[in-house]
Amino acid sequence: MSRNAIDTSVSDHSVSDHSVSGSSVSDTTLTTDAAAYCLQLGDDALIYAQRLGDWISRAPQIEEDMALANVGLDLLGQARELLTRAGQLDGTGRSEDELAYLRDERQFHNVHLVEQERSDFGFEMARMLWFAAYQCELYAALANSSDETIAGVAGKAVKEVDYHRDHASQWVLRLGDGTSTSYVRMKEGLERVAPYVAELFEDDAVSVAVSEAGVGTLPSSLWDSAFGHVSRVVAQATLTLPTDSTWRSRGGRQGIHSRPMGFLLAEMQHIARSHPGATW
Amino acid sequence: MSTPAVKGNSSERSWPLWEVFVRGKRGLSHVHVGSLHAPDAEMALRNGRDVYTRRQEGVSLWVVRSMDITASSPDERDSFFDPAADKIYRHPTFYDIPEDVEYL
Repeated sequence: MSRNAIDTSVSDHSVSDHSVSGSSVSDTTLTTDAAAYCLQLGDDALIYAQRLGDWISRAPQIEEDMALANVGLDLLGQARELLTRAGQLDGTGRSEDELAYLRDERQFHNVHLVEQERSDFGFEMARMLWFAAYQCELYAALANSSDETIAGVAGKAVKEVDYHRDHASQWVLRLGDGTSTSYVRMKEGLERVAPYVAELFEDDAVSVAVSEAGVGTLPSSLWDSAFGHVSRVVAQATLTLPTDSTWRSRGGRQGIHSRPMGFLLAEMQHIARSHPGATW
Repeated sequence: MSTPAVKGNSSERSWPLWEVFVRGKRGLSHVHVGSLHAPDAEMALRNGRDVYTRRQEGVSLWVVRSMDITASSPDERDSFFDPAADKIYRHPTFYDIPEDVEYL
């Protein structure tokens, strides 16, 4: 995995260059961008929460069922607040439920990494290591957001994702530095996750706008620290990060998704869509 | 008295069993809350956190290999515990406690 897979053309922007003023987002264009930014982050959390829920009853031990479910529930909590904020900012007044259950595939802005199907446990720990390493840096930066809601979510979430990163790190260490079988499976997990990593750290028009306004942060600015953590864990686990793959995922932020996404949404949304407005 | 409370490795492939103790808040003792499987002590602590403190039950966790606990045997219960039943003088109920002494 090398840095050159990522578009760095806008990475010289930095949140810290801009004074953080005011407690809320006012300008209309900025509000639209801030709403889109909340959708990106909220969708990442929501879709990965759904994927992790898939592990319940299928992890190696019931204790790991619990651990993965807890991680998923942490992410779901983050998604709820971020989607709610998106609905407030974009002026539509849509609730978290409307955004989660009544949008179609093209209206989701999560990266491809989180929508990939559950498979090997090694793949899952590789995915969680990268995603949590990314989220740790993300929320640490967003704790200083000029949007009070985003700053609040981030301040709370930073402790949660620190635990997620630790959980994944512990497993990568044990599997990588374990038996010959676990080494190979962990190595394959890292290889299969690699093509999806660059997308997480890619800047787009939305993240550039919100970072200039002090509301958000540039994904590219999170790379060095996240990569540093992952590469330290991988090295300690006697593994090596794979070299550049021949392809990489793109398009999630624009609503272009991979094949598993439609099936995931069908499962996640069918109850809400079959029984509109149902409560219990 | 020498019988382990719970057997450790019940099969070759399973993780060893650990007993989990949680301290509810500062000043209280750790209390046994249950057991779990984990490959080693560090993971046992984390599993304990995930299984037993999800609802803010604790501020501190201990884990100990179940194999390392020496437990009394049910067969020894009579000789171990019954003789204490009629020793009421071991309770401090025969002392006059001054009224202005609190928390005694």
